[in-house]
Amino acid sequence: MPDDAPLLSVRDLRVSFRTFDGQADVLQGVNLDVPRGTRVGLVGESGCGKSVTMKTIMGTLATPPARVTHGQIMFDGQDLLTMPAARRNRLKGTDMSMVFQDPTTSLNPVFRVGHQMEDIVRWSDRRRGIQRNHKARKARVLEVLEMVRLADGERIYDAFPIQLSGGMRQRIIIGMALLNEPRLLIADEPGTALDVTTQDEILRLMDDLVREEGLSLLMITHNLGVVRQMTDHVYVMYAGSVVEDSPTAELFDNPSHPYTKALLACVPKLDGTATYEGIGGSLPDYTDPPAGCRFHPRCPHATDRCLTRPPAFTVRPGHTAACWLHEPEAHA
Amino acid sequence: MEYLFFVVRRLLWSVVVLLGLSIVIFTIARVVPGDPARIALGPLAAQEQVDKLRTEMGLDAPLPVQYARYAGGLLQGDLGRSLLTQQSVNSDVRQTFPATLELVLATLILALAIGLPLGVLAGRYKDSLFDNLGRFVALFGVVTPSFFIALLLQLLAGYVLQILPVSGRLSPNLEFEANRTGLLLIDSLIAGRMDVFGDAVRHLILPTIALAAATIGQIARLTRSSMIDVSRKDYIEASRAFGIPNRITTFTYMLRPSFIPTLTVLGLEFASLLGNAFLVEMVFGWPGMASYGVRAIMQNDFNAVMGVVMVTGLFFVLINLVVDVLLGYVDPRIRIKGSQS
Ligand SMILES: Nc1ncnc2c1ncn2[C@@H]1O[C@H](COP(=O)(O)OP(=O)(O)OP(=O)(O)O)[C@@H](O)[C@H]1O
Ligand SMILES: [Mg+2]
Repeated sequence: MPDDAPLLSVRDLRVSFRTFDGQADVLQGVNLDVPRGTRVGLVGESGCGKSVTMKTIMGTLATPPARVTHGQIMFDGQDLLTMPAARRNRLKGTDMSMVFQDPTTSLNPVFRVGHQMEDIVRWSDRRRGIQRNHKARKARVLEVLEMVRLADGERIYDAFPIQLSGGMRQRIIIGMALLNEPRLLIADEPGTALDVTTQDEILRLMDDLVREEGLSLLMITHNLGVVRQMTDHVYVMYAGSVVEDSPTAELFDNPSHPYTKALLACVPKLDGTATYEGIGGSLPDYTDPPAGCRFHPRCPHATDRCLTRPPAFTVRPGHTAACWLHEPEAHA
Repeated sequence: MEYLFFVVRRLLWSVVVLLGLSIVIFTIARVVPGDPARIALGPLAAQEQVDKLRTEMGLDAPLPVQYARYAGGLLQGDLGRSLLTQQSVNSDVRQTFPATLELVLATLILALAIGLPLGVLAGRYKDSLFDNLGRFVALFGVVTPSFFIALLLQLLAGYVLQILPVSGRLSPNLEFEANRTGLLLIDSLIAGRMDVFGDAVRHLILPTIALAAATIGQIARLTRSSMIDVSRKDYIEASRAFGIPNRITTFTYMLRPSFIPTLTVLGLEFASLLGNAFLVEMVFGWPGMASYGVRAIMQNDFNAVMGVVMVTGLFFVLINLVVDVLLGYVDPRIRIKGSQS
C-alpha cells in the first residue's frame, strides 16, 4: 500500500432512493479522492447530494429507502462497501469520524454531554480491544474538550446540551469526532446553523485542529468562502455527480464548467457567502432527471451533445471538468 | 437542586389545581336544581322542617361562605356527611376507594409492561410483520370501548372457558380483612395469606385486561411513533456514525427521548382511564367507587358526589404529579426550564 495513494477514494458511486414517486437516482457516479493530510472541499447547491455522499461514506445511510447500486469507497486501500460489517464498524468513529452540522439537533437532549462522549470512547475501546476504566475515559473526554478550546471541562462534562450555547455545542460535536484520534474527518457544513462570528470561530478551530492533528479533511459546504479559506482541493457537485474538481486556488482563477462559473458569478464579493439566485431554474427531479448532462436544461452553452453524459475531461493537470466544452477535440 | 425546585413547583401547582376543581364542582353541584335539605328529608317532610335543616346545614348562607366552610373541612380531610345515610363520606370512601385504586394501579402497570415493549419493538422493526400485527391489535384496543371488552372477557373466560372468576374482588368463602393499605394484593402479602393473594390476583385479571386494553394500545402506538421520530434525529445518526452499537443506540439513546411523549400522554390518558374504570367496575361487580358514585349522583347526594369527585381528582392530580416528576427526571429540558422560569 503506497503512502501516496489517497486515504479515501470514492469511485463511480451510485445511490438510489425508493420514493413514492418512483426510484430517485440521486448519486450518479460520484468520484472523489481525499489524499493523506489534505483538506478537500465538496461544494454544491442544496439538494445536490452532498449529505448523501457523506452518509454513504460513513455508512449511516438508511437502507432502505436508499440503495447503493454501484461503486467503490476505498479507505486506506480497503473497499468499505464490500468489507464485513464488523470490520467496517470498527472504523466508525475511530479511523474515520464525522462532524455534524447542526449543534441544536446533533446532541442527544436527554443525556449529559459527558455520558455521550464517554460512551463513544467506551464502545470504540471495546471494538479495538483497549482496556480503559471510567476515570481514564473521562480524562480523555476532558482532554478533548480542552482541545476544542472549551474552558471548564468538568462543568461541561456534567451539563445537558440545553445548558450550553450553540457555539459550545458545536465545539462538543467537533470534540466527539476527535475522541478516537481519527485519520479522516468528514465535516458536513459545520457551524452553518450558528451566527457568522461563531461560525467563523468554529471554522478556524477546525482548521487549527486539522493542522495540529495532521488529519485529512473532507469538508462539505455550500459556502464558497469556506472552500477558499479552508481547503486545498475542491470538488464541485451538481445533481448527484462531480462536475469539476481542481486545486482550490485554480478553481477560483479558472472555473471551467458552466455550472462552476455560474456559481462563482453569484458570490457577493465581500462577505463570501454564496447565493444561487443567479442561476436560472432549479435542480432536476431525481425520479425523472434530464438525459445526459444533468445541468444542460439550465446551461447557456447547451447543445445536442449534452444529451450524452460527458466524462471528466482534463482541463489542466489536476483539474477536470465534466463538460463537452472541454473535450480535447473541441479545442483542436 | 434544579430538580428539587422543579418538584416543589409541581407540588404547589397540584394544590392549586385541586382547589380549582373543588370550587368548580362545588358550584356546579349547588346550582343544579334540587334542595339538599329536601332530598335529605324526603318529599313528604313539612316545609318548616326542611327550612330548619337548611339553616342547620348552613345552606342559607351565601355560596362563597358555604364553600369556605366546605373547603375548611376539606383541608382537614373531612368530606362531610352523606345527605341520605348521614354516614361520614370519609368512611364510605375508605371502604370503596382502595378497590378502585387497586384496579387502576394494576392497569397502569400492565399497560406499561405490555404497551411499552410492544411500541419499542414495533418502532424498531417498523413495517415488519410484528409491527403490522401489533398496530392492528393496538388499534383494536384503542377503538373498542372498555366495557365491551369487559363483557367479552367475562363471556369468554368466565362462562365459556370457566377459568377465571367474573365478579367481585375475592371469593366469598375466603375470610380476609384488608385493613392496612386496603389493597388486597399488598395486605394479603403482608399477612402472609398466599391463598388470598392468589384468589385476589385471579379476580383482578379480567377487569385489569378490560381496562388496560385501550391504554396498552395508546402507549404502544405512541411509543412506536416516537421511536420512529427519534430514529430520524441527527443525534441518532451521530450515535451510529460514532460506532455506538445498535442495541445501545436503540435501547438507550432512542428509548429515553421516545418515552417522553408516552409519559406525557399517559398522565392525560389517566382521566379517561378513571372514567372507564367506573364502567368496568359495574360490569365485574367490582366493589369500588363506581357504584357508590353513581348512586350518589342519581340521588343528588351532594356531599357524596363532592367526595367522589375530590378523591378521584386528588388521585388524578397525584398520578400526574408522579408523571411530571418522572418527566422531569427523564427530560432535563423540562426541569431546567421549569426551575428557571
Ligand atoms: N431518505 C431519502 N429519501 C428520498 N430521497 C432522499 C433521501 N435523502 C435524500 N434524498 C434526496 O437526495 C437529494 C440530495 O440530498 P442531500 O441531503 O444529499 O442534499 P445536500 O446536497 O446535502 O443538500 P443541503 O445543502 O441542503 O444539505 C435530495 O434532493 C433528496 O431528494
Ligand atoms: Mg446536506
